[in-house]
Amino acid sequence: MSIDLARFHQAFFDESFERADAMEQALLRLDVQADNGEVIHDIFRAAHSIKGGAATFGFAAVAGFTHHLETLLDSVRSGQRGVDAALVELMLRAADHVRGLLVAARDGGACDEVLGASLQASLQAALNVGPATVAAQAAGPAQATTGWTIRFVPRPDLFRSGNDPLRILRELAELGTLHSELEFADGIPGFGALDAESCYLGWNLRLETLASEIEVRELFAWVEDECELRIEPLAVAAAAVEPVAVVSESATPPAPAHGEDKVVPIGVAAPARPQPQRSAAAALESSIRVSTNKIDGLINLVGELVITQASLSQYAQGLDPLGHERLLSAVQQLEHTTRRLQESVMSTRMLPIDAVFSRFPRMVHDLATKLGKQVRLQTVGEGTELDKSVIERIGDPLTHLLRNAIDHGIESTDDRVAAGKPAQGTVTLRAAHQAGQIVIDIADDGRGLSRARILEKARSNGIAVADNASDADVWNLIFAPGFSTASEVTDVSGRGVGMDVVKRNILSLGGQVELSSTEGQGATVRIRLPLTLAIVDGMSVAVGEDTYIVPLSSVVECLQPTVSQIKRIGVDAMLVAVRSEYLPLLDLHTLFGLPGAGRDAHESILVIVEAEGRKVALQLDELLGQQQVVIKSLEANYRRLPLFSGATILGDGRVALILDIVELVRGAGRAMAA
Amino acid sequence: MSLPQASASANSNAANAGEGVREFLTFTLGSEEYGVDILKVQEIRGYDTVTRIPDTPDFIKGVINLRGTIVPVVDMRLKFKLAQAQYDVFTVMIILTVAQRVVGMVVDGVSDVLQLPAERICPAPELGGQLGSRFITGIGTLDQRMLILVDIEKLMSSQEMALVDAAALH
Repeated sequence: MSIDLARFHQAFFDESFERADAMEQALLRLDVQADNGEVIHDIFRAAHSIKGGAATFGFAAVAGFTHHLETLLDSVRSGQRGVDAALVELMLRAADHVRGLLVAARDGGACDEVLGASLQASLQAALNVGPATVAAQAAGPAQATTGWTIRFVPRPDLFRSGNDPLRILRELAELGTLHSELEFADGIPGFGALDAESCYLGWNLRLETLASEIEVRELFAWVEDECELRIEPLAVAAAAVEPVAVVSESATPPAPAHGEDKVVPIGVAAPARPQPQRSAAAALESSIRVSTNKIDGLINLVGELVITQASLSQYAQGLDPLGHERLLSAVQQLEHTTRRLQESVMSTRMLPIDAVFSRFPRMVHDLATKLGKQVRLQTVGEGTELDKSVIERIGDPLTHLLRNAIDHGIESTDDRVAAGKPAQGTVTLRAAHQAGQIVIDIADDGRGLSRARILEKARSNGIAVADNASDADVWNLIFAPGFSTASEVTDVSGRGVGMDVVKRNILSLGGQVELSSTEGQGATVRIRLPLTLAIVDGMSVAVGEDTYIVPLSSVVECLQPTVSQIKRIGVDAMLVAVRSEYLPLLDLHTLFGLPGAGRDAHESILVIVEAEGRKVALQLDELLGQQQVVIKSLEANYRRLPLFSGATILGDGRVALILDIVELVRGAGRAMAA
Repeated sequence: MSLPQASASANSNAANAGEGVREFLTFTLGSEEYGVDILKVQEIRGYDTVTRIPDTPDFIKGVINLRGTIVPVVDMRLKFKLAQAQYDVFTVMIILTVAQRVVGMVVDGVSDVLQLPAERICPAPELGGQLGSRFITGIGTLDQRMLILVDIEKLMSSQEMALVDAAALH
């Protein structure tokens, strides 16, 4: 298996530079006199991580040099060597050199080799300076014991960071004789609640070894922040034993240098692998979690900005280009920026479809078991991104289609074998981007749709169908309400409710459903959905025979006026009195020049809308409902219309125009001023 | 009425026929036969629910939902002020792709796809009337038939069709 390591390089460099900085800061904190245990430990860890990462990614120069620094640090840490100003200075220069090597490795340049060699020599020389001037102050007693008792209780999320306790145990065992005893710190949940990716276990270990505490502790270096760790001497005896030399390379090679560990697991997908090269964790750290409310607020704002920008552009078009050159170019720039802003903001709502797909394997498994069928679920394109609101609403239709595929599509094992098919049926969920849309296929290799049965059922349901109707027309019958061809009703599906709901759901998202099938070979339902949804909460209203959408955010209230509330001014201007406020009244029927006579105001509904701080009453015939509507551009193929901010597609496939309240309010203002 | 096949076969024919031969989709408006470059035609549809747009010229019938995109529909019979403009099961919409936009065009009927060699196309005479000569690329003749060849891109993006923002025109 070859994994492209190059994509982790950026994370490695980012992180290594951070570590080099941390190392420098810690070195500067070092106090020659005081107890430096923690600080030394920090520096050591930083150097260790840089070395490990560099070795993994094959930056031998970085790894090689850092190794010498690490060795020196280790001897300081173990108390063999004291800290003095010269040493701090040397290590600071070494840290600078590490940074230089990292730059060279990243940019492919060369680094000062002479300096490197002299620093390396200094580091080695510093290592050989006599025994500790400040004895045994670092990370605990340095004297060897006959062994250690170790209590190691990882946090439940240990696996998610890619650490494997087994690896640690294995390496501990290499140090001597290891006796382990399991501990269930918080108990193990019932099987149903058991999360395979959580660690519920802890260990009480007894290690008989000559290795120092530092060597033992080093094995836990990657997990020490994620576990409860207590290491105590096994016996207090053996004080006379000579300190063990702790040049640790051969005895306890740092984990990342292990051959098998050089294959980097991909992110969190392989939780049980050791050392997911913290770079992966760093990549995760570079994202933040934001509540969807905030994002939705942002999207609404951008939506308003887009509308305002569009009206500004429109206003600017009316200006003389000669006198307003700078204004016009600014407006043009604004248009450009607004569009990019909108795209960026919309993209923050995009999630991989895996958010939906991931719930299906379990469902398929349960369902197949219940029905006594063998079914395999195959998912393709889980990474395909689409709008969060679509993800939220696509789950139920997909669930339904999958249930259908398994219940009706896939035959029983006996039937499949008899038909010469593999005993195990396959249901494939496939998502892909296609021409600005997302296409989701739910395909099964089951029995397919039966044209004869559908026609028969349609006739018995009183639906008129021609015998020579095209297959597509016949399949479409399935989407009719109350239509099910299942010979018998199961408790899974077959009651004939569903496909019409599925279709309605998809249509309401501005999507489409297509069905294709070959009898005996399976059926495929293809769903097409728009990828980018600018969604607005809308109130659908009827004016004459037509349906329009009023953005809900601009609606203040709806009321049925009495005759006395309506004041007519002159021939065509009207006001409505609402709680001591006089609002201009716009009769949409007249404003839109619709055929036929409109109703009188007191027989209509008034929707009071507000924009730019001004209120206007819109007179219309009926309130139809409230829904989230997908804003479709009118400009893509047509042009901007004065009174409409866009259009949307209703559940029945018709187009409805979305009122531009800002323009309406302004228009009313102009009419009143005139 | 699925056009993808039609245009695919048209393309292969064109390739066989060599250069100088162009293919036109012919349609009728009243008693006249017109031709548009087949490559501008995306598909042909029946006339279905069109959402009217207030405050637009009468020949703009409104907008339709063409697989999720909003497409304006123009009735050429109204644009050309023909007496009859009925909407029935035979009324046909030609969906055109012109200047990166999609437009539906209502006509009386679609006849066929014709190949016209260059020598069969005469330059357009000076004409007045609704369809001024600036939108006519020529007159095609084939077996007693006379085709008015329309520069549909120019026509649809012209200001008088009011299909595009005035600012978008240059």
